[in-house]
Amino acid sequence: MLMSSDIFLQFCVAGVTYGIIYGVVAIGFTIIYNTTGIINFAQGEFLMIGGMTAVTLQRYVSLPLAILGAVAITMLAGAAIEVLFIRWLHRPSVLRMIIITIGVSIVIREIALHLWDEKSHALPHFTGDSVSALTVAGAKISPQVLWVIGVCGAMVLLLGLFFRATPLGRQMRACASNRDAARLCGINTRNMVTLSFVLSAGMGALAGCVVSPITYVQYDSGTALAIKGFTAAILGGLGSTAGAAAGGLILGLLESFGVWVLPAAYKDAVAIAVMLGVLFLRPSGIFGNAEAARLREF
Amino acid sequence: MAGGGRGLGFTAGLAVAVVTIQVAASSAHKVFYLTQLTMSAYAMLIVLGLALLMGYAGQASMGQAGFFAIGGYTAAFLTTFDLAPHRGSVVVSLLGRMHLLLTRADGSGGSITHVHPWAAALFAIVLAAAIAWLVAGPVFRLRGHYLAMATLGFGIIVHRIFLGSSLFGAADGISDVPALALLPGFAITGRAASRVSNYYAAWGVVLLTLWMLSNLIDSRIGRALRAIHGSENAAAAVGIPIARFKTQVFVLAASLAAVAGVLLTHFNGGIGPSDASVMKSVRFVAIVAVGGMANLRGALAMGTVLTFLSLRGYFGTFDDLVFGGILLAMMLFAPEGIVGGQLWQRLKSANPLKVR
Repeated sequence: MLMSSDIFLQFCVAGVTYGIIYGVVAIGFTIIYNTTGIINFAQGEFLMIGGMTAVTLQRYVSLPLAILGAVAITMLAGAAIEVLFIRWLHRPSVLRMIIITIGVSIVIREIALHLWDEKSHALPHFTGDSVSALTVAGAKISPQVLWVIGVCGAMVLLLGLFFRATPLGRQMRACASNRDAARLCGINTRNMVTLSFVLSAGMGALAGCVVSPITYVQYDSGTALAIKGFTAAILGGLGSTAGAAAGGLILGLLESFGVWVLPAAYKDAVAIAVMLGVLFLRPSGIFGNAEAARLREF
Repeated sequence: MAGGGRGLGFTAGLAVAVVTIQVAASSAHKVFYLTQLTMSAYAMLIVLGLALLMGYAGQASMGQAGFFAIGGYTAAFLTTFDLAPHRGSVVVSLLGRMHLLLTRADGSGGSITHVHPWAAALFAIVLAAAIAWLVAGPVFRLRGHYLAMATLGFGIIVHRIFLGSSLFGAADGISDVPALALLPGFAITGRAASRVSNYYAAWGVVLLTLWMLSNLIDSRIGRALRAIHGSENAAAAVGIPIARFKTQVFVLAASLAAVAGVLLTHFNGGIGPSDASVMKSVRFVAIVAVGGMANLRGALAMGTVLTFLSLRGYFGTFDDLVFGGILLAMMLFAPEGIVGGQLWQRLKSANPLKVR
């Protein structure tokens, strides 16, 4: 099958749009993993909470305020999860932590089902509506796609700046590289862990809001996002923020072009195939260091 | 750990309980309870296998529903797919010569020729075991988070395959699965007339499995598995072939799940894609966690109660929330389970009447 340049571009744009969302989820995984050594299986739920809360708030207040409120509420939820389920555990085993975060994700999902409903919801398009499109080099692009790329791209850049240039960001990085040493320097590592949950919840919520006009959001949309975000995170090498972002983009493009050769029903299978491929063939990821990964406790 | 004698005592006690419940249900004219208890029994086969894998070998599997579905779907497909149009093919004529084909009347007045249910059952279980063995190689090179994610991914793929392919009935699943004849005049089937005999057959299988697994745990293999759970490096250092033991337990757990899939599919007369869903797998993990990770009897007792209540619809729309909440609460407060765990010891020692 031949592909003309405008269709090629269309696939690219779709791939980047989804990819950047996977990247944000992957970065969320990475932030929490770095400070705690935990894979938070409830990561996808942050996007769902953000999206659903914004849809509800938007009935009462303006769109920007609704998004702001949704992000704040999701950050509180992130803090609550850490304080309630993680903070007070004394040296939990990896198996125990896995099951706890899976339990948290199920409970959040079921509460969302009863709080809202089983229907899919969406915020209105930020500019224009569902049919308005910009034409770029022959490809039709919804303005919302630009919102997604712009907001998420800015978020990732700001996060990098936060980690490099602010004292708080540096403390978090210190905590990630060596928790005991960070504690000896007087950093409150427990608070850093809470902060990492708040940060990754906030990022997830904002991503969940900007993408909801395109992908819609429902009570159980977190699971698929978590699996794809995890795939992106390990694809880029677990622990690396830049790797997570790159992994997300690669996965998004692979999925997008996968639809070209596979039936659309198997779109999700691409991500799982990539995940299993990385896990079985190169658990350290394509950018990760295989030697370092072998020493780490997964 | 309990010796073989106590294990036998528990098995005997359970057998008495099984008979008592049947007599009580029958005399109270509530025989329909036995249907859900039969279904719970088959689910317990999966739970027992997973308890061995998680509790004793320390390997989490979030994909047990996948093996259940492989067993169930294979049995269902082979006993409902009409081979009459394919009589000419080598495989079908070979099956016919080996007397492995069966012709029966279908629902709409015609007749279908299919693989003999026993051959289908055997093939289904062997297939699940073979897939488990193939998957075990790469999966057990992973640990912790990666192991959990890999088994989760396996479960999702199995779910998607059954959900997506029209050969397996897509979203409808496969129905009209025939009975599995056990003895002359007795078959695994959901017909109301054979409710009591099926109840005993199911619990017989469970008791037999429990007895075999208890013996396994008390044997050299069981001690090796606990050593692996404690520390893989230490176990390897004392000469335990960890990779081989992990693979064997994984294959055993998968086979038990497949046996459950085959029997439950014949009992229910069908199977659907929701039986393969990830949430089903997580439920089994929750049950094992409630029973106490390394506690077959606890898992069996708690699992039967929870599965029965769930099947009777006591949890309503909060079904998944109940299992998720239980999973969370158990892991937070009593990671060793209620029976025999720290919490239990604390409750016991808090008893003021207890003579020290």
